[in-house]
Amino acid sequence: MLHLPEQILNWFTTRNWTIHPHQQVMLDRADHPATLLIAPTGGGKTMAGFLPTLAELADGNHQGLHTLYISPLKALAADIKRNLRTPVDEMSLPIRIDDRTGDTPQSRKKRQRADPPHILLTTPESLALLISYPDAARTFAGLQRVVVDEIHALAESKRGDQLMLALARLQTLCPNMRRVGLSATVDDPQAIAQFLARHPDPCEVLQADPGPTPDIQMLQTTEAPPWAGGGAAYAIPAVMQQIKAHNTTLIFHNTRAQAEIFFHNLWLANDDSLPIGIHHGSLDREQRNRVETAMVRGDLCAIVCTGSLDLGLDWGDVDLVIQIGAPKNVKRLVQRIGRANHSYNTPSKALLVPANRFEVLECRAALEAVRQGDLDGEPRGPGPRDVLCQHILIAACAGPFEANDLFAEMITAGAYATLTRPEFDACLGFCATGGYALQAYDKWQRLLQRPDGCWQLRDPRASQRIRMNLGTIQDSDTLKVRLKRSRGGKPLGEIEEAFAASLTPGDTFLIGGQTVRYEGLREMTVEVTRRSGKRPKIATFTGTKFATSTQLNARILALLQQGNWLNLPDHTSSWLTLQQQVSQLPEPGRLLIESFPHQSRPHLCIYGFAGRNAQQTLGLLLTKRMEEMGLDPLGFVATDYATMIWGLKTVNDPAPLFELAALRDGLDSWLGENAVMKRSFRACATIAGLIERNSPTARKSGRQATFSSDILYDTLRKYDPDHLLLQITRTEALRGLVDFGRIEEMIDRIGPRIDLRHLPAITPLAAPLLLEMGKVPIKGAAMEKLLQQEAADLMQKSGLSSLPD
Amino acid sequence: MSGFDFFLSSARLTALGSGALHWPDQNLLCISDLHLGKSERQARRGGPVLPPYETRDTLGRLAADLRDTQATTVICLGDSFDDDAAARALPQAEQDTITHLTTGRRWIWISGNHDPAPLDLAGEQHRDITIGPLTFRHIAQPQAQSEVSGHYHPKARLRSTSRPAFLVDEHRLILPAYGTYTGGLRSTDPALTALMGPRARAILTGPHPVPIPMPR
Repeated sequence: MLHLPEQILNWFTTRNWTIHPHQQVMLDRADHPATLLIAPTGGGKTMAGFLPTLAELADGNHQGLHTLYISPLKALAADIKRNLRTPVDEMSLPIRIDDRTGDTPQSRKKRQRADPPHILLTTPESLALLISYPDAARTFAGLQRVVVDEIHALAESKRGDQLMLALARLQTLCPNMRRVGLSATVDDPQAIAQFLARHPDPCEVLQADPGPTPDIQMLQTTEAPPWAGGGAAYAIPAVMQQIKAHNTTLIFHNTRAQAEIFFHNLWLANDDSLPIGIHHGSLDREQRNRVETAMVRGDLCAIVCTGSLDLGLDWGDVDLVIQIGAPKNVKRLVQRIGRANHSYNTPSKALLVPANRFEVLECRAALEAVRQGDLDGEPRGPGPRDVLCQHILIAACAGPFEANDLFAEMITAGAYATLTRPEFDACLGFCATGGYALQAYDKWQRLLQRPDGCWQLRDPRASQRIRMNLGTIQDSDTLKVRLKRSRGGKPLGEIEEAFAASLTPGDTFLIGGQTVRYEGLREMTVEVTRRSGKRPKIATFTGTKFATSTQLNARILALLQQGNWLNLPDHTSSWLTLQQQVSQLPEPGRLLIESFPHQSRPHLCIYGFAGRNAQQTLGLLLTKRMEEMGLDPLGFVATDYATMIWGLKTVNDPAPLFELAALRDGLDSWLGENAVMKRSFRACATIAGLIERNSPTARKSGRQATFSSDILYDTLRKYDPDHLLLQITRTEALRGLVDFGRIEEMIDRIGPRIDLRHLPAITPLAAPLLLEMGKVPIKGAAMEKLLQQEAADLMQKSGLSSLPD
Repeated sequence: MSGFDFFLSSARLTALGSGALHWPDQNLLCISDLHLGKSERQARRGGPVLPPYETRDTLGRLAADLRDTQATTVICLGDSFDDDAAARALPQAEQDTITHLTTGRRWIWISGNHDPAPLDLAGEQHRDITIGPLTFRHIAQPQAQSEVSGHYHPKARLRSTSRPAFLVDEHRLILPAYGTYTGGLRSTDPALTALMGPRARAILTGPHPVPIPMPR
């Protein structure tokens, strides 16, 4: 039990503040090896994490680094530095505090390594970099505590796995290091506790008072939501009214694209010129900083944002959270609602705005889940091995290492506790030689084993290249957007390379809430000019799409079966009634398939309710079978609820298509050629160090032709099909983008109960799918036919085909 | 075998889907930018250890094209090796493959910017060579006529598909890169739009090579 020094007690007393119960418990448990605190935003969570540090540092006797604070956001590290500095100064404590992120100037970083502050605030990536230096032991000497903020967010991604491997390293350097995790409400606190603690140390979970139940409802609008799409433009007037009725409103979106479009529309309707800002991860840092600063000052009355604001930045007086689009995931919704109201005793207020008719159902289902405190979550499985490979390279940068020691250290990270020695050795082999069946570079391997058995970098200069490519965040395929140099060259943000490739000069699109005109590509930078007021010709760039959780989908299916839909708006219940009359409604435990002609092409609509990724995979699997059967599929579109396929030929006997066992068997060969697999491969290969995002010589000229990672993938598949990276890719894709687990779950759920309905025309439930974005073309026989046709057309129109050769 | 026939000067040529150029009247096959040994060069320079199969793959595709065309003359249009050291470091098996392919054929190595020094391999070595009406060299010369070159690794886009492509106009032909580990430069790049005349076509490689007006 730790006693609070007088300066700190006095500080609380003079402010008439009392120490929260959970803050006291954190003090009582200060010497425990690991503690997880679960508390709502505004519950003095950060202070609870730091109080023991302040108490231990109060006497001024500690030399060197005492506490390392890690947050998923650079902005959060800077924010905490400000928020901690004030009380520490007011308490007159002799404590040095500094932050270190990718934005910290080089000179300050160098100083920090030689002479670290008492409290260092940083991110997982910056920490990984710190432990890669040979002097890491000196930098971290004396380290007593690690505070991991927003650990629930980190635990969901490879950034968290990377962090835990780095902590395993630190624990070796500083055996007495204690760990504290700060988390928002989660479905499985025990899993986070295991993730945090050194395996197999115990980790107590401390639940702070969750505060009053949130006040959460669906937004009432006079206009019905549209049939499809994610814009929610219909709700703009109603949202505007809500903004006016509150001090500060956060308006969350699921994708950056949706946020851009909504902000644009909101701005067009902003007759009173209310100060409204936009914030998302694709915007330029300076723009984001400006919005953040204005927000902290309380200058903005609304901010349109994405997950970039999900985490615990201190946003002043937020009294309303609006979620545009179905939340997809109850846990995330609850965490977002927690962003409203920093005062502990008033309920958070939130409004859900479905973007289309289907999302009305999903919002209703989510509301019920929140009321019943029923959070969703899926276990993540063992720690990813690409991250492990990166950490082996990091260890090698820091100096020679013994394989046994490194293995023993890595399996103390909870996610890697079940890692076997052969698995580790395969990763080490990959780092050393590439791990190819054909041993081609005896001389040139990356790691060498010395006569004493230790491993080291063959060429010490390689450490620079490795450090340049640390991290697990995948943003490799984005291009910077700038105003044309003659217009000042101001950076606006980033767009995806694939989106940039689809642009031709003259196209207009949205970024940072303004319409810009694409002028051209200059040295890997997209140059644009402003086109104020004009409607963008191309909607906007794409962004991450979350899949609706299994649990929410199950609730929607149950809702459909309700029969009377008194708890739904009229426009939605009458739509469902019509579907019931024309066809039927999907049922739990059965699979509904509708077959109908539309615009003279045969269509199939499969209501799997398996989530976007799985429905997408189902689309790919089924179209592959159709291709094999000569049914000439042309394309498909998938939503969270259904997949629709169209082609050149009518499916007369659909039964063989839906032999789900055969689908499962065909998965393997199919999986290999799939674009989703290639995308997963690129991510894994980049993290594991096979592909360099940055190199000392690259990017000097945009003309430097780099070859695509798809070629590496195809080559490995052809010559080395059991290669480690292909194994990692497969594991990854099956539970991530491919989400075959959900398809298997669906197969189990429906068994043989498939209802195929032949209908004369498109049905009410299927029609919205045709309006969906993101149709996937099938690059098969039908496509090759159309490609030839289009090429002939172009030659004809240009007059080139009539020229003599 | 699928191919697209066209004329450059008076020569009737076929662009093969593989990215190789076939000149039936001369019984000649021309390929460019093989970049053999690229993975070895990367590893040697302390970079990532790429899968060391690209030389085998490139030569395998070349062997197939030679089998299909029965060409008796082969021109490698430069950048055949990723650098001179890569040429020297070629594993025995792959050297043997090259020896096997060059045997019984006229084989012409044009030097490129990646492999300027003479190679220690069978065959003739030239900076450029003229056969019939056509001149073959690595990098296109702006004023040249009837010229066949490589170097730029051109690619072009149709619908949402981007593929390595031959670029051809009245004066010149630029070949796509043939090597497995090679990237591409879009035909819209100023380097290419400056070289190619207004009526240039891009012939997309792939299962069925198709010509389109060169995207600019």
